[in-house]
Amino acid sequence: MEDARGAENAVRSIEAVWRVESARVIAALGRIGGDLGAAEDLAHDALVAALEQWPTTGIPSSPFSWLVTVGRRRFIDGIRRSAVADSRQALLLRQAEVTEARTVEEFESSAMEPGDDLLRLMFACCHPVLSNEARVTLTLKLLGGLSTAQIAHATFELESTVAQRIVRAKRSLAAAEIGFELPATAELRARVDSVLGVLYLIFNEGYVATSGSAWTEPTLCREALRLGRVLAELLTDIEEVHGLVALMELQSSRLRARIDPSGDAVLLADQDRSHWDRLLIRRGLAALERASSVGRGLGPYGLQAAIAACHATALSVEATDWVRVAALYDALGEVAPSPVVELNRAVAVSMAYGPEAGLAVLDAVAGHPALSNYYLALSVRGDLLERLGRFADAEIEFRNAAEMTKNEREQLLLRRRANGAAKRLPRERS
Amino acid sequence: MRFMLFMIPNIEDKDWMPDPEAVAAMTGYNEELTKAGVLLSLDGLHPSSKGARITGGGGKVTVTDGPFTEAKEIIGGYWLIDVASKDEAIEWARRCPAIQGPASIPDYNGPVPVIEIRQVLEMSDFPEEVRRAAGRD
Repeated sequence: MEDARGAENAVRSIEAVWRVESARVIAALGRIGGDLGAAEDLAHDALVAALEQWPTTGIPSSPFSWLVTVGRRRFIDGIRRSAVADSRQALLLRQAEVTEARTVEEFESSAMEPGDDLLRLMFACCHPVLSNEARVTLTLKLLGGLSTAQIAHATFELESTVAQRIVRAKRSLAAAEIGFELPATAELRARVDSVLGVLYLIFNEGYVATSGSAWTEPTLCREALRLGRVLAELLTDIEEVHGLVALMELQSSRLRARIDPSGDAVLLADQDRSHWDRLLIRRGLAALERASSVGRGLGPYGLQAAIAACHATALSVEATDWVRVAALYDALGEVAPSPVVELNRAVAVSMAYGPEAGLAVLDAVAGHPALSNYYLALSVRGDLLERLGRFADAEIEFRNAAEMTKNEREQLLLRRRANGAAKRLPRERS
Repeated sequence: MRFMLFMIPNIEDKDWMPDPEAVAAMTGYNEELTKAGVLLSLDGLHPSSKGARITGGGGKVTVTDGPFTEAKEIIGGYWLIDVASKDEAIEWARRCPAIQGPASIPDYNGPVPVIEIRQVLEMSDFPEEVRRAAGRD
């Protein structure tokens, strides 16, 4: 490419190519590099070569093929330089040459179809031998094409911490002899779940981080969503892949409405719905439709997306189809039981069938340790009691809830609600 | 950040509809954008002969039906993509096969399409008083 904007821009252009291509290049080099660390090193060598050559030669018409070819040659050169007399090395070399012949042919015939390679890379980055943090970091680095500095910035960590984690993760994968295989059919679902779990972790990290500053660019949310969309094109017949994409599209649609100017979170019920992103809602609904059309029903992500869709398509809290929301929470509680799901179900049931029905759902799980110290559980209970006219009980719940949260704004809100309930007590009791 | 990639075909209305070969190339490109997870939406537009221009001024509104003759200014369609930087948006525009002109004509030297990229304004790009006016502060 001739860039009329000069040399500095040439480097930036190459970095942009790298961002677009790096995951596919690393994935393709994984075929010959053996493990993830080796593949990344080869890809990095190819990037260095590009930075040296492209400013004068221009960006080649297929940067992907160029980078893979250079990386592969580096690999072969490396083996040639080492003792070829070593029979194991000689075997590797022969394999590499065979692979090269084959892959060159494949790349040239279908240069844009390295989908399986990309999947292998996703599975390796999200391998169960790694800790969740390691999976997140490797995914951002190798699949997202983010630099160590960019990851550190997005996750509020030290660059050295991130760098060390990457080194250790690659070492763990090498030690466990984890290469670039596609999992066996029996294992596939569990491995896909691991990838989905990592993407949702990244997404949520971004979702929470945005509350730090009202206008932070949600890098992590965007990257998780983008990788989800990539995965949805590779694994078209797994309903939960589409379910997670739908969930992330729908949650993203509210990103700009969920923070107030002072940086505090705005509850769903209080959000200005005219600020929701209609395009992302439409995309979320389409992804949900794809999840349903797989024909195996909806999994936990799909059900959460379906709930999010009820909110996304309702004009107001009152106009929400709460009967459907309650039924979806019911189904979610079946496939992924958790006290927090029950808490949400209690709210939905109370909106659909009245506070008494909601209270019955809540009281059934009230003793659960996850809820007994959770201020939101108390706050919801206070709300239900208030709606039932049990103002004295409501006041106690709100006051206890206020004690449990460290967030000053929440405390203030809950004390105000406690006082509100107290004011509605009959005069002789106050 | 979101970028709008505007396609300016730089052709006359009568040549507007692309041939199957061009459509196949563009479909491949659209798939590439989809597989990379960056494409949010896209549309192609009818020629300007089916459009109109609406101008105000002096308290009056004037409607002028198409076609409009300045081919270099007429938008033929757009892609809306979500990427990390302007450079990445440029990289995607660079890959659009249409900007090289018809592939079937060797050494083609005629007018070629132009892609103009424009960043989508987010509320966060506005100064505080604008955000307040929009009811966002």
